[in-house]
Amino acid sequence: MATTIETPRAPHSVRRNRGVNWEKWGWIYMRASGVVLLILIFGHLFVNLMVGDGIKAIDFAFVGGKWSDPFWQVWDTLMLWLALIHGSNGMRTIVNDYSTRPLVRKILLGAIAVSAVTLITLGTLVVFTFDPCPAGSPADLLPSFCPVNQ
Amino acid sequence: MPENSAGTMTPRRPAGTLYRGREGMWSWVLHRITGVAIFFFLLVHILDTAMVRVAPEAYNAVISTYQNPIMGLGEVALVGAIAFHAFNGIRIILIDLWSKGAKYHRQMFWIVIGVWVVTMLAFTPRHLINVFSHLPGAGH
Repeated sequence: MATTIETPRAPHSVRRNRGVNWEKWGWIYMRASGVVLLILIFGHLFVNLMVGDGIKAIDFAFVGGKWSDPFWQVWDTLMLWLALIHGSNGMRTIVNDYSTRPLVRKILLGAIAVSAVTLITLGTLVVFTFDPCPAGSPADLLPSFCPVNQ
Repeated sequence: MPENSAGTMTPRRPAGTLYRGREGMWSWVLHRITGVAIFFFLLVHILDTAMVRVAPEAYNAVISTYQNPIMGLGEVALVGAIAFHAFNGIRIILIDLWSKGAKYHRQMFWIVIGVWVVTMLAFTPRHLINVFSHLPGAGH
């Protein structure tokens, strides 16, 4: 294939190799997800730590009450996905900055990826397969709306 | 006193620059440290919350370990890390996208610190009252 040589005064054209620019989308993702996470996490902290008795009120019945509401199921799932991908991408940046040996870098990046995928899968399954009134559990540990408490 | 072979004018430490030792560097350092801390908390927090799928007793046993005074202070540190990371993240977005962001990045750092102090003044007393007023034997 013949190589074309541009004339010396030809305006510089930025030649990009085709394909998705993942680093650019990662950069955009960190900012976009960061703004959404600010709202989601501050809301999460306010409802769980500031309202009522705060941390002292958190138990199985508290979580059962929240996740009986699709609003909080969606809120928490969104928070799970956005936060874990945001955090994993941040950890990837740090590993890339500080790891000097290629093998160590690969192992660390692999560990970050595996833990992110595992925890996103686990967390999503927990939110959507959760039963607030498991049969055979002591009634005083369950939310007040459970049949055993009616 | 040993002779300084590089000459008497060689400073012991590198002189300050626009970045080193200034607001730009420290905001970056704090953003990294708080980010890593929040990441590892998140890993643990997903696992402890997953206990709701095991049994009510299992979840209550795990969550009760968060409800003692030492962890109560740890939660103040956690919320402090999250609040700094959130506010400084907004600052980073403004530096990138606002035409005057880079010019005012130092002023924005001190605004971040100010908003962070106000947030912590609102959160910390409320949270510590919840932590310390419901101790076993403290009434209620």
